[in-house]
Amino acid sequence: MELIHKNLPALIVVLPLCMGLLTSIIGRRGLGWWMAMATTGAVFAMSGQLLWNVMHDGAYQITYQMGSWPAPFGIVYIVDPLNASVLMVVSTIAAVLTLYARKSVASEIQKNRLHFFYALWLFCTTGLLGITITGDAFNLYVLLEISSLSTYTLVALGRARNRRALTAAINYLVLGSIGANFYLLGIAYLYQVTGSLNMADIHHILVNQVFPTWGGDAPQYRTTVIVGFAFMAVGLSLKLALFPLHGWLPNAYTYSPSAVSGLLASTATKVGAYAFIRVIFTIVGVDFAFGLLHTDTALMVSAGAAIIIGAWLALKQTNLKKMLAYSSIGQIGYITLGFSLNNVNGLTASIIHLFNHALTKGSMFMALGVVVYRLGNARITDVRGLGRQLPVTMGVFVVGGLGLIGVPLTAGFISKWYLVTGAIQAGRYEMAAVVLVGSILALMYVWRVVEQIYFGKRDENAPKLREAPLTMLVPMVLLAAASIYFGIDARATSWVSQTAAELLLGVKL
Amino acid sequence: MKDNVLMRVAARWNMPFLIIFALYTQTHGELGPGGGFQAGVMIAAAFIVYGMVFGAADMQRIVPRWLTDILAALGVLIYAGTGIYCLTQGYAFLDYTAIIPSNPGGAEPWGMVSVEWGVGITVASVMMTIFNEITEGTLPGQEHESHDTEMVGKA
Amino acid sequence: MQIVLDYYNYWICIILMMVGFYGVIAKTNLIKKALSLSLFQTGVLVFYISIGKVDGGTGPVLDEANADAVYSNPLPHALMLTAIVVGVATLAVAMAIIVNIRERYGTIDERDIEDIEHQTEE
Repeated sequence: MELIHKNLPALIVVLPLCMGLLTSIIGRRGLGWWMAMATTGAVFAMSGQLLWNVMHDGAYQITYQMGSWPAPFGIVYIVDPLNASVLMVVSTIAAVLTLYARKSVASEIQKNRLHFFYALWLFCTTGLLGITITGDAFNLYVLLEISSLSTYTLVALGRARNRRALTAAINYLVLGSIGANFYLLGIAYLYQVTGSLNMADIHHILVNQVFPTWGGDAPQYRTTVIVGFAFMAVGLSLKLALFPLHGWLPNAYTYSPSAVSGLLASTATKVGAYAFIRVIFTIVGVDFAFGLLHTDTALMVSAGAAIIIGAWLALKQTNLKKMLAYSSIGQIGYITLGFSLNNVNGLTASIIHLFNHALTKGSMFMALGVVVYRLGNARITDVRGLGRQLPVTMGVFVVGGLGLIGVPLTAGFISKWYLVTGAIQAGRYEMAAVVLVGSILALMYVWRVVEQIYFGKRDENAPKLREAPLTMLVPMVLLAAASIYFGIDARATSWVSQTAAELLLGVKL
Repeated sequence: MKDNVLMRVAARWNMPFLIIFALYTQTHGELGPGGGFQAGVMIAAAFIVYGMVFGAADMQRIVPRWLTDILAALGVLIYAGTGIYCLTQGYAFLDYTAIIPSNPGGAEPWGMVSVEWGVGITVASVMMTIFNEITEGTLPGQEHESHDTEMVGKA
Repeated sequence: MQIVLDYYNYWICIILMMVGFYGVIAKTNLIKKALSLSLFQTGVLVFYISIGKVDGGTGPVLDEANADAVYSNPLPHALMLTAIVVGVATLAVAMAIIVNIRERYGTIDERDIEDIEHQTEE
């Protein structure tokens, strides 16, 4: 027990990796699901423990040296409140979705490929957890590619239902690889200047040795650092689908298997946003990114555009999965807007919204997954009048929808509250207005569906549908209930997020 | 290419040398230039050259597909297993000191050797899998399915 | 002219990257696209490897006879070994998906695929 406790940061990445490999060997005949379920359950418990440990640690930091090599030389895994909470998001969603995946995936993928599906599922989780926990910039790239490569394949597995999954996957692959390579190139520039790959060490060298020379006559490596940061920023923006680099997202979400849509929407882009926050706040520092380069203005413009245009495009979709995909682009806008405000409230909004949006979007994609499971498609005409036949599923969808709008007593309200407060505090009244307009647009696209669900009339001769099986209902209801619970009692989430934000901005310590 | 004497002889006679050199590279990986990546690719190259000349079916007679699938995972498991062994001995993940605690310097090569073997096995089998995939034109383990069976969620 | 010769390694990697990037954007054949992506990545690899070179440095194998020997930095090479593997894996996944596209659409040209997708309802 002591052993596990001491090695938690390593185990949280190594365990899903090993189990994924084992699943690909012996996971046939339904065993794969059990292995995936056990693993994600264990990872959930471990990340809960890590979050607890780090929040009750005086320095708010747990460091783990891989192979006992000390910091700038070896790879270190560093846990602080920020990535502990992102770990929590990833592992919660992974565990809940694995439970959900059993029936849903079995109906969408051939039987003889199921063990590969669960192996890839675990690899994807491995990558996402690894990106979150690592303190090494190059290690982040490798884990980014592990998660991305398994995601491309998972998206392509949607081909059994619709062949467009394949074109969506290749599109995602091309853009995702370009993004990753940009990030890699950015690291090269910073490595050239600092000779280090450790995030904290890069920051230390930049702040103490490089930036002070910029004020004088002979600024050192000025262009190199700026170009490096620019490459990293563009690469990660592609990964997190920040407007206008979101082109890969809608189709990838729409045509992948339902469980994969849920996982992608609630974790993959979130982890991308986390990596972006790390690059800005931990690697290059706020003074450089926001003070010198005014990246915050650029980010705010694209975030604002994402919020408005994402919601506007969501309003025009007839395929509900695609509608949620466009709405995700808008939600990514909220997250980006939060940290570009550069104050505690804004950053808290970003971090808390990572969690809240994962709950909301995860449950909504799961509800649509049930519709796909029963009807084979999720167009807006398919859900017409389903309010009576699938009361629980549609209830979950509506709760999620309220969360997207940001109605009080749902988790979405808490994030928007922090966001608007942060925007006003930063003197950005126009951004606060954008958030409100975005909410109104969200109300419109959610209402459009709700109207069909409860007031639309189902065809007379359409078959009667039964409610979803229990293994699909339970996870869905759990997430929806959690999103309401954290909307009423946000003490825990805001405590963690606020601590993380204060640490990033250096207010605490 | 099977009918061409030159190709046939070249493929047959190159195989043992390629494999020997690969094993040499593999076993010298821990303290000198070499290692699992290069060795794995070379071993795979030996089989792939054979497969290119005599056809993938002949190659799969020697190295069946289920074997490459298992070996690919097994190699990474050897790697991670080494790390986990160190971890169970009370050291950090992949801290090779755990192998011979009294002599950390002597333990280092042993740890690296086992890790390199894991890497070598995985790289070799993954390379062969890629070759198999490209010649057969399907994703892993999948037989040719008929084209118009769009599977739809059951009502 | 001097600026070209002094920084020839950067020029090579910029040219490689841009050729690849152009291919990714302009080619409609998916296989060509995937290969361009690979070329793009090669540009990044060359960049890393060239920054590892130290002027007058030898290979980074300890030379005990010569105490003050200058060594090149081996770390970028080790990093790029990993990146090459990632690149190969990306290419393999891309190829597998393209093969599947060929089976289901009967073509690997992006414009043809787009036409087919426009004709059929989702």
